[in-house]
Amino acid sequence: MIQTKTIVQELVKKHGNNRESLIPVLQGIVEKNNYITDEDIIEIANTLDISAGEIYGTTSFYTFLDTEKRGKYVIRVCKSIIAVMKGKAEIIKTIENILNIKVGETTPDNKFSLLEANDIGWSDKEPSMLINEKVYTELTPEKTTEIIESYLRD
Amino acid sequence: MSEKIKKVDNIFSKDCNCKDILAKTLKKDKDSFIQELIDSGLKGRGGAGFPTGLKWKFAKMAEGDEKFVICNADEGEPGTFKDRVILQEVPQKVLGGMALCGHIIGAKKGFIYLRGEYAWMKQDLQKAIDEMHDAFKTMKLDFFIDIRMGSGAYVCGEETALIESMEGKRGEPRNKPPFPASIGFRGKPTVVNNVETLVYTLMIAHIGAPEFKSLGTADSAGSKVFSISGDTPIPGVYELELGMKLSDFVEEFGDGDTKAVQVGGASGFCVPRRKFNDTVIGFEGIPTGGSMMLFNSHRSMYNVLHNYLDFFVEESCGQCTPCRVGCQQLLKGIEAVKSKERDSSYLNELIKLSETMHTASKCGLGQSVANSFNSIVEEFTEEIMY
Repeated sequence: MIQTKTIVQELVKKHGNNRESLIPVLQGIVEKNNYITDEDIIEIANTLDISAGEIYGTTSFYTFLDTEKRGKYVIRVCKSIIAVMKGKAEIIKTIENILNIKVGETTPDNKFSLLEANDIGWSDKEPSMLINEKVYTELTPEKTTEIIESYLRD
Repeated sequence: MSEKIKKVDNIFSKDCNCKDILAKTLKKDKDSFIQELIDSGLKGRGGAGFPTGLKWKFAKMAEGDEKFVICNADEGEPGTFKDRVILQEVPQKVLGGMALCGHIIGAKKGFIYLRGEYAWMKQDLQKAIDEMHDAFKTMKLDFFIDIRMGSGAYVCGEETALIESMEGKRGEPRNKPPFPASIGFRGKPTVVNNVETLVYTLMIAHIGAPEFKSLGTADSAGSKVFSISGDTPIPGVYELELGMKLSDFVEEFGDGDTKAVQVGGASGFCVPRRKFNDTVIGFEGIPTGGSMMLFNSHRSMYNVLHNYLDFFVEESCGQCTPCRVGCQQLLKGIEAVKSKERDSSYLNELIKLSETMHTASKCGLGQSVANSFNSIVEEFTEEIMY
């Protein structure tokens, strides 16, 4: 994990020292570390001169601005009704079996977190999932296994 | 394609140069182009359906030392994916529409608010923007476009919530009025238009209002891009003439066993088979932001409704009580009826609750839960009960 102070300063330098840059800064932290820590929030509060409570309030509003500890790869399987109809449950089961975690959990080595997401915009090609920012569609258990295994080797 | 459904090739058509269209339109009188937009009858394609020409007119008339154009690319409605395809296939048309809007209303800065789920396309989109910036320079058009990312909040598709989010805050909808056209981003006059709407403005500049409204009906001029999914052999994105009958739509896209169509996503209406014949897709019938989900007779409508309510419980921003508490109670309510904890008469109470939410909620999210809730509960009562 990159040091809080450095990363916050870098992001503020890039996005600007004002309220409007708060979300881009928080997004930048998630991009680098996958979740936002209390230290991050306090550091941003000091730098942007906004109360830590206000920042936490903003952070907690957005699904992707996680404050819970997440793994290096965050898997988000789409759970829309169309995804359900096209076999989402099997995809979840496949991933749970390979990684030995349940939805909402992170592997002990902090490499993977498994989550569900509301519609990610691929109802024409469900089941689908995001792994960090990458998207995978028309999943089958076999295809899912291959994808997860390629990340395991990484 | 059946003769009753008219497929249109406007949005994705590549046989027009959007830079030329833009350059040509920049030379025209601004007010007469606004009049052309108003005459075309174009209404917002994101779902709410506000007349686009009027929106631009109000923003142009509004006083402000600075104005903004925002492209709403936060499509989060379940079953919608058309903006994804538009942004992938014809980004330059979207950017052209934004620049045109900026020129007309007097804005020098535009933003694309791109949903976090689409972060994978950010790089390609930025490339298209860079290329367009060069074209603007050649045209001597002072306009700059930036991308702002969403972070997974459905309600940010509501234009004032989107603006709050862009200002670095929780995406909680504002009271309207004032509308963004007078007080928007940073308190300045702002036009927020859907991705598809912006493309149509450029296409109207190209083909003119009469040709645009030669398609569609009096209330629903032109064509629209639909996202078609569910129990269909041919899911995907289709540009179709507005005002079609749902029965014709089902004949074209159904799998022969269509029980119901959810028109307009989780916040839209569920239409059962017996009403296909009498249902028109458009502003005079059932409007849609494009989401069309087909369900065949194997599907449980209880599961469908449960899925929608789960979605609303998660996505309600929590700011106003009717929506925050109402969504939770509706979900608990149908679970209680299903498990026989409550008898069927309880469904009537839940319908009253959803009607209260419709009246009392602050924004479209809470107001529209009643659409899917009432239509599914009323049309598929047995499936909810047993």
